[in-house]
Amino acid sequence: MNLEGLEMIAVLVVVVLFVKVLEQFGLLEASYDDSVEDELELSAVRHRPEGLEKLEAQTRFSRKELQILYRGFKNECPSGVVNEDTFKDIYSQFFPQGDASTYAHFLFNAFDTDHNGSVSFEDFVMGLSILLRGSVQEKLNWAFNLYDINKDGYITKEEMLDIMKAIYDMMGKCTYPILKEETPRQHVDMFFQKMDKNKDGVVTIDEFIDCCQNDENIMRSMQLFENVI
Amino acid sequence: MAAGVAAWLPFARAAAIGWMPVANLPMPVAPTEKNKRQDELIILNVSGRRFQTWRTTLDRYPDTLLGSSEKEFFFNEETREYFFDRDPDVFRSILNFYRTGKLHYPRYECISAYDEELAFFGIIPEIISDCCYEEYKDRKRENAERLMDDMEDNKDSKLPNMTFRETMWRAFENPHTSTMALVFYYVTGFFIAVSVITNVVETVPCGSTPNQKDMPCGERYTVAFFCMDTACVMIFTVEYLMRLFAAPSRYRFMRSVMSIIDVVAILPYYIGLVMTNNEDVSGAFVTLRVFRVFRIFKFSRHSQGLRILGYTLKSCASELGFLLFSLTMAIIIFATVMFYAEKGSTSSKFTSIPASFWYTIVTMTTLGYGDMVPKTIAGKIFGSICSLSGVLVIALPVPVIVSNFSRIYHQNQRADKRRAQKKARLARMRISKTGSSNAFLRSKRNGLLNEALELTGSMEEEQQLNKTTSLIESQHHHLLHCLEKTTNHEFVDEQLYEQSYLESALQSYPSRSPSLSSQDGLTGTCCSRRSKKSNHLPNASAPASTHPHSLQELSAIHIQCGDQPPLSTSRSSLNMMPDEPGRLNCKSGQITTAIISIPTPPANSPEGDGHPPPSPAVQPGTGSGSNVVKVSAL
Repeated sequence: MNLEGLEMIAVLVVVVLFVKVLEQFGLLEASYDDSVEDELELSAVRHRPEGLEKLEAQTRFSRKELQILYRGFKNECPSGVVNEDTFKDIYSQFFPQGDASTYAHFLFNAFDTDHNGSVSFEDFVMGLSILLRGSVQEKLNWAFNLYDINKDGYITKEEMLDIMKAIYDMMGKCTYPILKEETPRQHVDMFFQKMDKNKDGVVTIDEFIDCCQNDENIMRSMQLFENVI
Repeated sequence: MAAGVAAWLPFARAAAIGWMPVANLPMPVAPTEKNKRQDELIILNVSGRRFQTWRTTLDRYPDTLLGSSEKEFFFNEETREYFFDRDPDVFRSILNFYRTGKLHYPRYECISAYDEELAFFGIIPEIISDCCYEEYKDRKRENAERLMDDMEDNKDSKLPNMTFRETMWRAFENPHTSTMALVFYYVTGFFIAVSVITNVVETVPCGSTPNQKDMPCGERYTVAFFCMDTACVMIFTVEYLMRLFAAPSRYRFMRSVMSIIDVVAILPYYIGLVMTNNEDVSGAFVTLRVFRVFRIFKFSRHSQGLRILGYTLKSCASELGFLLFSLTMAIIIFATVMFYAEKGSTSSKFTSIPASFWYTIVTMTTLGYGDMVPKTIAGKIFGSICSLSGVLVIALPVPVIVSNFSRIYHQNQRADKRRAQKKARLARMRISKTGSSNAFLRSKRNGLLNEALELTGSMEEEQQLNKTTSLIESQHHHLLHCLEKTTNHEFVDEQLYEQSYLESALQSYPSRSPSLSSQDGLTGTCCSRRSKKSNHLPNASAPASTHPHSLQELSAIHIQCGDQPPLSTSRSSLNMMPDEPGRLNCKSGQITTAIISIPTPPANSPEGDGHPPPSPAVQPGTGSGSNVVKVSAL
């Protein structure tokens, strides 16, 4: 009788095995839930842009230019949208010496006007329209929007420092003269000295546009890329 | 520039407006498209099959045949199309590369034909995309091995001067090279067989003598067996000594597995000779005879299959080890359970847990001898569970291990190979990437020479200069130029970076003597590099430059082909006649010419430059890399 305990255990083990076999045959429901939702994520995102006429009306590009732009865009991104990683990849190819990913991130946010995580052809073309065919005011507006990372209407020193570091990162290591740690910071200080009229530590859109319009260099360089397309 | 994203260049340039408010310096002038032509369809006629594509599609990869001006050689005036007398099927993949940026390798194509086409069209095989790259490399390796096998058949031919020792070693390793070697091979094989059979027969009872009990033959015909044994051991010893003599590296030979087996095979005999008189160790002597069976392993020299088996067991050791470990776990568990289950029953054979090990092993391997059998109900239940799980634990992994080791064996080889390939692949891609940044530095010089030309008004050279850079490249370079202006720093190459790093701590050279007269004419160069760096800051304060500049002209131009990058020019080169209009495509060798030009006084240049002024014409290229050769060419 002192083996009762062991016999019970033996019987228990047999029962457990039996239950497992039944589960295998689906006669007993498994208690945990499988997630079937992964399948939804696999559907590819496809995007079709609005018609040619509509885009012609909204942007300042001619029909032919829009055709060329779209062909290039669609060739690189067959699905019709660019997500941030692809964008970083493409932009980094132009700057092989350094690391362009941080700046590409800021650029992406500047182009992705509706903040949905991807740049569609409309976003792309709208941005280009401002940059290439817009008035100086619009261009400066766009630049301000790029620098204002959190889009609150003010450029703080930290935001500017981030942007500056990103720009200097694109240069890479092998520069002449050698890049020092404090170079971006010095550059930011110079920038704020120039732009921040009332010395309140932030640059507003009016200060920015005012100051840029008074600077000849900047004005001239804004016209530089007129003939890009 | 990285290919395939030329379509995004306008976008990148437009985005450069973001740098403008931050920059303190004026931006360089953008290149204009002198003849802005509409995108046109071009026809490529490949052996009669016509392909059509946009011109800009082909322009994406300017360093290939179709993307560069090299295709003009194939232009057919009458039909206004480009005619290539090549395989149209392979051309399909090549054209798709331009369209999609991915090069695929069609599986039905012969590997060498495909390679030839790639070489013709100037595409490096490393760009084959990942989906097809492994297949391509495998086929290529197979092909190379096939070619190597053809070559290896000639390898066994005797080299002209081989010493006696080398001949002997070759005879030992490849028995079919000479008749003597073959004879030796068969003789040793025969004696190994004889020795093994002797050992076996020694123990058989041959009892046809009128003795009481059956003796094994070994004790009956002691002398005969002893003679046989001696003969075999003598042959083995002679063979071992001869191998030892002939081995190219004796130490390595003595450490090899085969030689250890040889030693173990013949040692018992000698030990036996030494110890026959001593009765105490005769037990040990008997044990030693067991080691004589290792002679059978000598057969592995004669059999390739045995060697492969040994190697695969060795490589599969971890799997076998794991199997053993899990088996041990199961054995202990079940032995414990059986022991306690059978503890109560009388006359139970399960006297202790180790004693139960035997039962568990026999049950799990489904041997079932039946010498130990559980009698209680619990014992029987657990016993049956044990035998069922034994099937799972033992029978299932074994085929898995068998297929595993063949898979792992091949995979290991492939993984190492892939790793090695990957490094080489990435290195080559990196080289072409640095080629693009070098292109920028190179054309910066050319670009300034361009302005110099405009000042001096020489038109033909300007056109020559313009021809060498495509519009996309000049736009890309303009973009990088703008970035330089924005950040007030210049792009330089690795060597210059290290140079400036070192030199910023060193003293500057004393100013050199005025150099000699006129510059030479235009020498064709491929990539040029000046011996001193130049500073690109027009109005900015020269940062921490400790080099006084008395002369800005360069004294020697080190021209290197290959991937030596060019230096950036200084504005002071305005005063100099250009000497490198075009770019040759020389890939080998290094040519250096020294061109001494008239030094201009510093007042002429609008900006202050900091150069470390080297001595003229005889500078031994310190710090400019070890592969720069200076040749004076005045």
